[in-house]
Amino acid sequence: MKMNKRLFKDFLFKKIVILFSIITLIPLFLILFIIVKNGVSAINIDFFTKLPKPPGEKGGGILNAIVGSIFLVIIASILAIPFGVTVGIFLSEVKNKFTETLKVLVDVLQGVPSIVIGIVAYIWIVKPLKSFSALSGGVALGLMMLPIIIKSTQEALYLIPFSLREASFALGTNYTKTILKVILPAGLSGIASGILLGIMRIIGETAPLLFTAFGNSFLNLNPAKPVDALPLVIFNYAMSPYPEWHKIAWGAAFILILLIFILNIIVRKVIKRWKVQF
Amino acid sequence: MKNFIKTFLVLLFCFSLLSTISFAGDLELIGAGATFPYPLYSKMFNEYHKQFGIKVNYQAIGSGGGIRQLLSKVVDFGASDAFVSDEELKKFTSPIVHIPMTAGAVVLTYNLPGNPKLKFTPSLISNIFLGKIVNWNDPEIKKVNPGINLPDLKIAVVHRSDGSGTTFIFTDYLSKVSKAWKNVVGRGKSVNWPAGLGAKGNPGVAGLIKQIPGSIGYVELIYALSNNMPYGDIKNKKGNFITPSIKTVSLASNTELPDDMRVSLTDTDSDYGYPISGFTWILVYRDLANGGLSRKKAKALVKLLWWMTHEGQKYAKGLHYAPLSKKAQEKAEKIIKSITYRGEKLVK
Amino acid sequence: MRKDRFFKMVLWVSGILFTLIILSILIYLFKGSYLSIKTFGLKFLVNKIWDPVNEQFGLLPFVVGTLLTSIISLLLALPFSLSLAILLGVFYKKGFLNKFLSYATELLAGIPSVIYGFWGLFFLVPIMRKIEIKLGILPYGVGILTASLILSIMIIPYISLISKEVINMVPQDLIEAGYSLGATNWEVIKKVIIPYSRSGIFAGVLLGFGRAFGETMAVTMVIGNSNFLPKNIFSPSNTMASVIANEFTEAVKDIHLSSLIQIGLWLFLLSIFINFIGEIVINKMKVKGEK
Repeated sequence: MKMNKRLFKDFLFKKIVILFSIITLIPLFLILFIIVKNGVSAINIDFFTKLPKPPGEKGGGILNAIVGSIFLVIIASILAIPFGVTVGIFLSEVKNKFTETLKVLVDVLQGVPSIVIGIVAYIWIVKPLKSFSALSGGVALGLMMLPIIIKSTQEALYLIPFSLREASFALGTNYTKTILKVILPAGLSGIASGILLGIMRIIGETAPLLFTAFGNSFLNLNPAKPVDALPLVIFNYAMSPYPEWHKIAWGAAFILILLIFILNIIVRKVIKRWKVQF
Repeated sequence: MKNFIKTFLVLLFCFSLLSTISFAGDLELIGAGATFPYPLYSKMFNEYHKQFGIKVNYQAIGSGGGIRQLLSKVVDFGASDAFVSDEELKKFTSPIVHIPMTAGAVVLTYNLPGNPKLKFTPSLISNIFLGKIVNWNDPEIKKVNPGINLPDLKIAVVHRSDGSGTTFIFTDYLSKVSKAWKNVVGRGKSVNWPAGLGAKGNPGVAGLIKQIPGSIGYVELIYALSNNMPYGDIKNKKGNFITPSIKTVSLASNTELPDDMRVSLTDTDSDYGYPISGFTWILVYRDLANGGLSRKKAKALVKLLWWMTHEGQKYAKGLHYAPLSKKAQEKAEKIIKSITYRGEKLVK
Repeated sequence: MRKDRFFKMVLWVSGILFTLIILSILIYLFKGSYLSIKTFGLKFLVNKIWDPVNEQFGLLPFVVGTLLTSIISLLLALPFSLSLAILLGVFYKKGFLNKFLSYATELLAGIPSVIYGFWGLFFLVPIMRKIEIKLGILPYGVGILTASLILSIMIIPYISLISKEVINMVPQDLIEAGYSLGATNWEVIKKVIIPYSRSGIFAGVLLGFGRAFGETMAVTMVIGNSNFLPKNIFSPSNTMASVIANEFTEAVKDIHLSSLIQIGLWLFLLSIFINFIGEIVINKMKVKGEK
């Protein structure tokens, strides 16, 4: 009898674990279902090619926010990718007390709440330049992307076998060339997926944009002026009382999720294929 | 693979360079502030863009935000439903002017079964918002609204969570009609609410009231109308119950107007004026050079302000805003004419 | 060789620059909050009044709001996260179910916070309202419990992914030794895996907490924005992050703005603190795992 009790406990435990795990997924499907249900009907050609209309008027789109989001991601990438990769190389190449501290600092930056990053970008850029701007939004997003890129670079380079470097040295290649032409390309798939993960993280960020990128109902490609972004549109339109604006917000949410989904697939499928095998 | 990344980076660079060059010369005015006139402003700026090709980016972040951002000189103009207090004026390094754009009413809106038309007296309003009356079947409400079937439902008070001119007008009114309110809460763009929950912006309050049965809150008339929400008649100083409308707001504004137009329209002496009315203003620096604007931008801004107070007024009625009266328009003209750039007049 | 020296210098400069960025975040936050620190001192932390009109600023309502939402969401998330971690780390280490669940969890982690808030506002809030009407409380719908529910959904992926990794770190020979003694899955988990990975799971919970207390948009949209001490878990409230999101652009008075930046400073310091503890625990774990 004792045996049976033990087995029964084990059986029950397994069932509970499976049940709880399945319950966990319910919100995911609810979110996806509701977004797809409400989002798809909001989307048409105008949605991608037109600017928003004043409240109460039918039609209009969110071209400004789509372009704005892309613009912000580009600014953030220009600021964060070269810098982040360099710091990543530094961390994987040099080992001493300073780099150990630096690693902790990278974790610290990753843990800073996004709203605080927004305050910092406001103090750094918006106040001195005396204008809300795409640049300040890009800086805020760049700061959020930085730790992800640094970590993925460092981890990607860490995985590369030492023999590769020795081979390169043996051929008489100098240190700089070995790192830039041998080690870095070998770690490229890891770095690239880090970059995409970074973009995935920042493309949906709202809090740091509230008082930096600010929003703009017109198309803007000037980094010194405010721009709109998809998450800002979702926030502003979701909080409005107009049903036609809610619809636009659902559409924007659908596009945002789709973008993240696509980035996710690229990370999983395409980049793995590039990976250099050792 | 490497080539791909290289091409990508080069493209990135070209794109950013191109965008900087090609759009740097584009004129764009940036404003922020009150949510109340947002529907009207967005209509006006849309039309203005069609006619003159000048982009005006207006973000409805609340009146407090409009004043703050003008103070930090990060916007070209601010917008507010509350005039800047004497104390706040001192914080501006250079004088600013208030240009009235339209007048509006703050209405009490609620969510009850069947949404009956309700009447409110000043003491009723202050007691509800002070949290003293907590149920819809309270005898005091029944007394003012005989014959209306009021449910046994708790009152959920909804107010603004952000610094807002709407709150200023509403609390300004309550401070005038209720001693208790004046002592306990006072007036301001954001106050320490004794009851209820906060929502951001007029849209946020309207949204919450639509969702919560038994709720009551205050929004600008346009937000109640555009959402098909009920709103109450309010007893004015002369003892008449007044339904808020463009007409009753205009009647309320028929009082003595000071030259700087910093005037409250609540609880005025008008017989049939709606007692919770107010102007909404656009705020700019008197000398635009001190606001950090270029001469070109300053000229465009003054032209825009002139257009808004004249041709732009024709869009007001259609969106349920009260257009400026002749008297108010004349005052506005005088104020716009006083705006300078490095001491030089911009409108003759 | 000169090129090599230049290259190394570039590496060093980038590292120093990064350190300077973090330092300057701290310095600028401190500078921005100096006025508020000077005016209120430590009273800022215990004052329960946040009143922009009378220039009284206290952190307490937001600390309470933040702690309540974070702790409730952790309690809600924990059983689900651990189940998921055990399922992926013990029962289905390979195969379709593992792949499917891992992918779904990753997707859940990738959904932006504003979309959680949007969904919460239009799906969860009406449900909460109905429950509150049944319970006879004011049917706000928004409030601490609603925010906690959304937060728990948001942190489940973090805790479960970290816990799964920690469980995978448990030496295989220990687990096999357990099975070879005739122990059931449940017994191996209870007697071997959980004790072994306890500190690591704790670190995962800590990082989940770190995410919950700094979360802004989703919370701002469903918490009700009330600056008072909450009366119960249905009360509308505000967290440290959500009050900044609400009031930062509109703080007219310098002392108001400075107080908001001080809240930002505390959030920053708190995130560093949590990170450090998490880091220490995980490092200990790694050392133990390598032995």
